[in-house]
Amino acid sequence: MAIFINEDSKVVVQGMTGSEGQKHTTRMLASGTAVVGGVNPRKAGTSVSFPAPGSADGSVDVPVFGSVADAMATTGANVSVIFVPPAFTKAAVVEAIEAGMPLVVIITEGVPVKDSAEFYTLAEQKGVRLVGPNCPGIISPGKSNVGIIPADITGPGKVGLVSKSGTLTYQMMYELKDFGFSTAVGIGGDPVIGTTHIDALAAFEADPDTEAIVMIGEIGGDAEERAAAYIKEHVTKPVVGYVAGFTAPEGKTMGHAGAIVSGSSGTAQAKKEALEAAGVKVGKTPSETASLMREILS
Amino acid sequence: MDLFEYQARDIFEKHGVPVLGGVVATTPEEARSGAESLGGGTVVVKAQVKVGGRGKAGGVKLAHSPEEAAQKAEEILGMDIKGHTVHRVMIAAGARIAEEYYFSVLLDRANRSYLAMCSVEGGVEIEQLAVERPEALAKIEVDPLVGIDAAKAEEIVTAAGFADDVKADVADAIQKLWTVYLEEDATLVEVNPLVKTEDGAIVALDGKVTLDENAGFRHADHEALEDKAAADPLEAKAKENDLNYVKLDGEVGIIGNGAGLVMSTLDVVAYAGEAHGGVKPANFLDIGGGASASVMAAGLDVILNDPQVKSVFVNVFGGITACDAVADGIVQALEILGAEANKPLVVRLDGNNVVEGRRILTEANHPLVTLAETMDGGADKAAELAAAAA
Repeated sequence: MAIFINEDSKVVVQGMTGSEGQKHTTRMLASGTAVVGGVNPRKAGTSVSFPAPGSADGSVDVPVFGSVADAMATTGANVSVIFVPPAFTKAAVVEAIEAGMPLVVIITEGVPVKDSAEFYTLAEQKGVRLVGPNCPGIISPGKSNVGIIPADITGPGKVGLVSKSGTLTYQMMYELKDFGFSTAVGIGGDPVIGTTHIDALAAFEADPDTEAIVMIGEIGGDAEERAAAYIKEHVTKPVVGYVAGFTAPEGKTMGHAGAIVSGSSGTAQAKKEALEAAGVKVGKTPSETASLMREILS
Repeated sequence: MDLFEYQARDIFEKHGVPVLGGVVATTPEEARSGAESLGGGTVVVKAQVKVGGRGKAGGVKLAHSPEEAAQKAEEILGMDIKGHTVHRVMIAAGARIAEEYYFSVLLDRANRSYLAMCSVEGGVEIEQLAVERPEALAKIEVDPLVGIDAAKAEEIVTAAGFADDVKADVADAIQKLWTVYLEEDATLVEVNPLVKTEDGAIVALDGKVTLDENAGFRHADHEALEDKAAADPLEAKAKENDLNYVKLDGEVGIIGNGAGLVMSTLDVVAYAGEAHGGVKPANFLDIGGGASASVMAAGLDVILNDPQVKSVFVNVFGGITACDAVADGIVQALEILGAEANKPLVVRLDGNNVVEGRRILTEANHPLVTLAETMDGGADKAAELAAAAA
């Protein structure tokens, strides 16, 4: 099962012909992901050759389509991943939504928040799931890998993970590598994102492959507080939490555009307290968080 | 990026929002000529600081002549308001105020849309009004795909309870303020107070605007609005090198990759510091995905120039980044910096190509570098070294 992506996921890459797109398409293919096409109107009808160590001639040709709609019609693609620069991201997302792509994963960092608010609203109207922007993507180890999460940290297992941060996702997968993961979802660190902690928690709760959930948050906004309220009402599986940014000063953006304490709101302490009040065990450090999960799983 | 009031006033004017005349001054002499340019009558001299409560702090004064404006500017310039030094004042034309209102439109993160707030009771602390008399503050959601059109503006002024004689003018001002929000890529546009003057005109008397820095690529003019002088010198230097750096008040310099991991590293160092005389993290520095030698050198250079720093903790989890490249980067950075590198470095590497990365650092055997096996262990070692050097 896993959530959002699995062995049936067919992925198109918007921005596949660019340098980031090529680099990460190579990695996605190497980890067994079914990348069925790229999109670039100026290069429609061509293909890009990627290394494929397992195949007869050591490479695989991925076709380039003129539009997301063309790629879907020809390949049956059901996931799009976006690697285009910020100035072109909104147009790429809108194209995928208009084409009826059910899941759109936006890796790009630095998207203006107005663009995100607009394409999120459109996606809601059309029933499209967005993940990101400014996120590492999704991995269901052994099944599919959409984005930039390294596939070699760990394999399939019973832990579900949802995180605002890319490198903390990798760190936590590494700490719990002997257990493995059903799916890890990087939802991104921007002020406006598509899929939230709550969406991922709901999906993990419904996923028979997931036994326990790690939720990683950070300063800014109140997504963790709202997730805590949701957990209390709706999540029966054990959840452990981690929140980054206890030492962050007020009014400073800490790397992620959304990671900012404004006045007394958005603090790590408030998020930790809300999660604990909902019965979530919260680690002080990534390693302590991993230990809490080990206790649950062993 | 938060703007000064005078910058907000200028942007309002550009988009047709009704404002009064206003000029910025950095000296009493400029204040005098500014007051003259506004007609030589009564003006208000207003401290330009990005913090509330300046009126109570004595940062807003009435002046009845250009001479008095210069004198008031002299009093206000250099004042300290809640830790902010006043470097500029705005000389604003005087107005006879009949009524004070409130309006703002801002990003609503939770609903992933925008929120307009409006009240006929302006001129007060709006957070206080929201708590004490929430019914006096109308809150209306704004659909990002529709914005504040005439119908939405009408909905807002009706919900706020404006009298019929000002409704149309306020609605018009609100639509123009929406244009500011939309066309300038703002995440906050606030007017407090929006006033009705004695002769019935609606005027934005004080404005607060926050711009989205991610939208800078389509606003070439926004860079000039940045208050470069106010930035911490180390933060300014880091920004020149495209480094994501925030100066903090501690002794352990931090370099890591990825915003979440770096924030977490600060926390872990602060916990470790509790056992080592209370040493704290000195900064946030995210070197991102590509930890090349030049990026590492630029990062170390900024951190080692912070006189408070006693030790440095480099914490990298190689996802896409390969640890051998990071290790090479550290070795070369130390060569580039030479004698400038004079503080102990604790390095923790994990993930992609970690064995090769550790081998490179072990072989280089640099006297300043200690390898740590784990993030917690590295944080503890760096805190211990900082405490020993303090």
